[in-house]
Amino acid sequence: MTQLWDFSGGIHPAENKHLSTSRPITGAGLPEVLVLPLQQHIGEPAEACVAVGDRVLKGQKIADVTGGMGVPVHAPTSGTIESVSLQPVPHPSGMSDWCITLKPDGKDEWAPLNPVTNYRDLDRETVLERIRDAGISGMGGAGFPTNIKLRPPRDRKVNTLILNGAECEPYITADDMSMRENAGEIIAGLRIMAWILRPERVVIGIEDNKPEAISALRKAADGTQTEIAVIPTKYPSGGEKQLIQVLTGMEVPSGGIPADIGVMCQNVGTAIAVSAAIHRGEPLISRVTTITGYAVTDPGNFEVLIGTPIDHLLAQAGQENSKLHRLVLGGPMMGYTLETPAVPVVKTTNCVIAATATELPEPAPEQPCIRCSMCAEACPMELLPQQLFWYSKAGEFDKAEHLNLFDCIECGACSYVCPSSIPLVQYYRAAKGEIRVQQAEQLKADRARERFEARQARLEREQQEKEQRRKERAKAAAEAQARKQAEAEKADAEGQPANDRAAKAALVQEALARKKAKGQQQAETNAGAAETKAASEPAPDIDALEKQLAQATAKLNTMQSMLEDARAESADNVEKLERAVTKNHDRVKRAEEALAEARQSVAATDTQTTDS
Amino acid sequence: MALAQQSSPHARNARSTSQVMLWVILAALPGLLALTLFFGWGNLVNVVWCIAVALAAEAAILKLRKRPVAFFLKDNTAAVTGLLLGLSLPQFAPWWVSAVAVIAAIVMAKQLYGGLGSNPFNPAMVGYALVLISFPVAMTTNWAQPGLLWETAPGFGDTLSMIASGQQTAVDAFTMATPLDEYKHKITTHTAAEVLAHPTFGDGVARGWEWVNAAFLVGGLVLVGLKIITWHIPVSMLAGLAIMSLAFGSNADLYAPLSMHLLAGGTMLGAFFIATDPVSAASSHQGKLIYGAGIGILIYLIRTWGAYPDAVAFSVLLMNFAVPFIDHYTPPRTYGHHKPRRGIPGKGQG
Repeated sequence: MTQLWDFSGGIHPAENKHLSTSRPITGAGLPEVLVLPLQQHIGEPAEACVAVGDRVLKGQKIADVTGGMGVPVHAPTSGTIESVSLQPVPHPSGMSDWCITLKPDGKDEWAPLNPVTNYRDLDRETVLERIRDAGISGMGGAGFPTNIKLRPPRDRKVNTLILNGAECEPYITADDMSMRENAGEIIAGLRIMAWILRPERVVIGIEDNKPEAISALRKAADGTQTEIAVIPTKYPSGGEKQLIQVLTGMEVPSGGIPADIGVMCQNVGTAIAVSAAIHRGEPLISRVTTITGYAVTDPGNFEVLIGTPIDHLLAQAGQENSKLHRLVLGGPMMGYTLETPAVPVVKTTNCVIAATATELPEPAPEQPCIRCSMCAEACPMELLPQQLFWYSKAGEFDKAEHLNLFDCIECGACSYVCPSSIPLVQYYRAAKGEIRVQQAEQLKADRARERFEARQARLEREQQEKEQRRKERAKAAAEAQARKQAEAEKADAEGQPANDRAAKAALVQEALARKKAKGQQQAETNAGAAETKAASEPAPDIDALEKQLAQATAKLNTMQSMLEDARAESADNVEKLERAVTKNHDRVKRAEEALAEARQSVAATDTQTTDS
Repeated sequence: MALAQQSSPHARNARSTSQVMLWVILAALPGLLALTLFFGWGNLVNVVWCIAVALAAEAAILKLRKRPVAFFLKDNTAAVTGLLLGLSLPQFAPWWVSAVAVIAAIVMAKQLYGGLGSNPFNPAMVGYALVLISFPVAMTTNWAQPGLLWETAPGFGDTLSMIASGQQTAVDAFTMATPLDEYKHKITTHTAAEVLAHPTFGDGVARGWEWVNAAFLVGGLVLVGLKIITWHIPVSMLAGLAIMSLAFGSNADLYAPLSMHLLAGGTMLGAFFIATDPVSAASSHQGKLIYGAGIGILIYLIRTWGAYPDAVAFSVLLMNFAVPFIDHYTPPRTYGHHKPRRGIPGKGQG
């Protein structure tokens, strides 16, 4: 006996499964047109690889994903491509998307198939590639490409492979009927997946309200090392996270995937598709879908070609137009309403409920929350739904996120039990959407600011470089002049050797002045560098600039006193000293200017900071 | 064909708020029956009167607040508030005392805070505490003598006229202190045996009161069984009270014994019907345990060392103050997380 764990919360809604289990799975027939959405799974949409007017064969690839994650789409029957156009697709928003419309020719002519006689002779990559080429994506929930899911990250070894046959949503019996009628194929598909993953444990989880399916699977699994775990009926035990908890006692870390704890879940429908793809070479072109509800006279399960419009299915099941009030795609707990029955069945379509007004009545008007906490009792994720509701309603999204809003799996158990008929899940969806929008806008604003700052920095740097070049040219010119002057003086001194001592003193002074000038030049370069640095940084280094100004002023003072001394002695280097003083004067002025500029830019940055 | 557009879940099977409240009223009936049997018609008259005033007050203030009157009256919450006050006020409390309590509960404690779901304090207990402090004599001298209905208690007509006249002198013959009050005041000068000789205690713990408490316990267990309340608050409250009683008052010659604390006064009514008011109680399991235990401990402290005898009302109100704090620090650990996220979001937290 398999050890089972319980998950907290959960509810027991009326099952209504008997409606659609009274007869075996039947074919849904060939509709007049098949509408095949190019995007039927999470990832990149496929691109049509056929042209309008082409004749295609059953199973022929008609669209593929060339870049990124995705799987191809195949023609469900032979016929002609009528159009590639925008059509309404099954989506909560009622949106339209690109679809290939196929007009069946009624011949149902297969393209050549390429089955594998013994997959164990192939390497695993080839088998995964075949699963991808068969267009298989998860058939239970979100529809993740199966070949990618079957290839967990290298450091994550899958120890437990779970086949999800819980089917906890009321009404839906597609998996139940598949397990009853196709147990052998399910086990065959499961064995292929187990061969790819090499797990230590392979277990099929089924709720105990499906005794026929349990016995059929037990029989089919006899002799294989597959565990059949019969779990208590409780919604949402078929939720991936809940099923993992029930079967292993482990929890998938928040924000992580099951592979993080060495577990993988696959749906029973996916197992059938994998088996068909490998053993018979058939791509995924049909699936079992439940058509049920009290607004159809013959509810049941149908083997439906992907792309079959739902109104065709409803007609097969005996739709009573006068009774139909609400059309739900999926189960009554997590499914969404359709605006029109003219949308096609896709790879994830497991159920259509044609409900009457009494069956799924309009919700009662929302009353105030009385904090009864029944929602928290029902929540399988151990959240505090009522707090999330207040924060979501009040727009206090940070608090809602703090209380793990994003861990909500939107199973609807809280809304189901709320005595005040508050549509809690709707509030969470709205809050999640709002938070995502805010995050996207924040990201956009951040990028714009970065771009602006980078541009500002570039402009300043260019300005600095220009200034630097100008200074260098000026200096070169000044030096050239000084050299000329010195040469002239030297010539003079040679002409007056008597005044030897004064000439020597003059040379010394000149050397000193040159050295000083050099030093100053360096200081200037530094100052320039400091300025560039200051410009690229939000706050320029005012202290350094002030120091430079002080140094320059000190130098100017020294020069002036030297000049005065020279004048007093009426030495002949007075002229030179005078020039030096003028030069230093300029330097002081420049330093002052730089400082003032820096102060201004600091002030500007400050205002900017306060503004933003 | 116009198809209904709706957000999931499409199936709902909730007991509505009005049904929940109706169950609370039904579950309180055994207690009301026991009160009537042992203390006469007083509580029954009070309950009817209080519910009538509650509905009238609710309707009036909803009208003033321009809210849909029928929509909110149908939720039965005002009726429950009236019922709880009718059950907890003294049997012969004058009509105007009850009316003041009910009006304060509905108008001040509930509607002025925003109506159903928005009140931070238990409305019934706000009303009760208000009249207890305002009219201490009327509130402490109007408790009926215990005794079976058909033996000693005044008849229905007499009860009605006593409540209607509001003349406290007229009822002296039928009134006495509650057992907890009696025990507390006498035990300072007498032994336990001498105190228990007083007729209010009878042969058991406290004549009449033990049956009333047992009846409320039964009603409360029904509510737990129906999942209208969870076990956390009643159990932790009774446990808190019991532990305090065993730790500080195990000597019956000094303090009221444990049996008295659990079976006399409004203990069970408080544990299952008053402290569990969802609007003003803590919400997570852990929070409920803390909240209930706090009430239990405070009941013991107030009963033993406090000046007022009516500990349940004050304890519940005091813990109501703490509810936002408790709720902030007792969220459960969410699936897939290592530990719960306590407090309010700050920097560095998500």
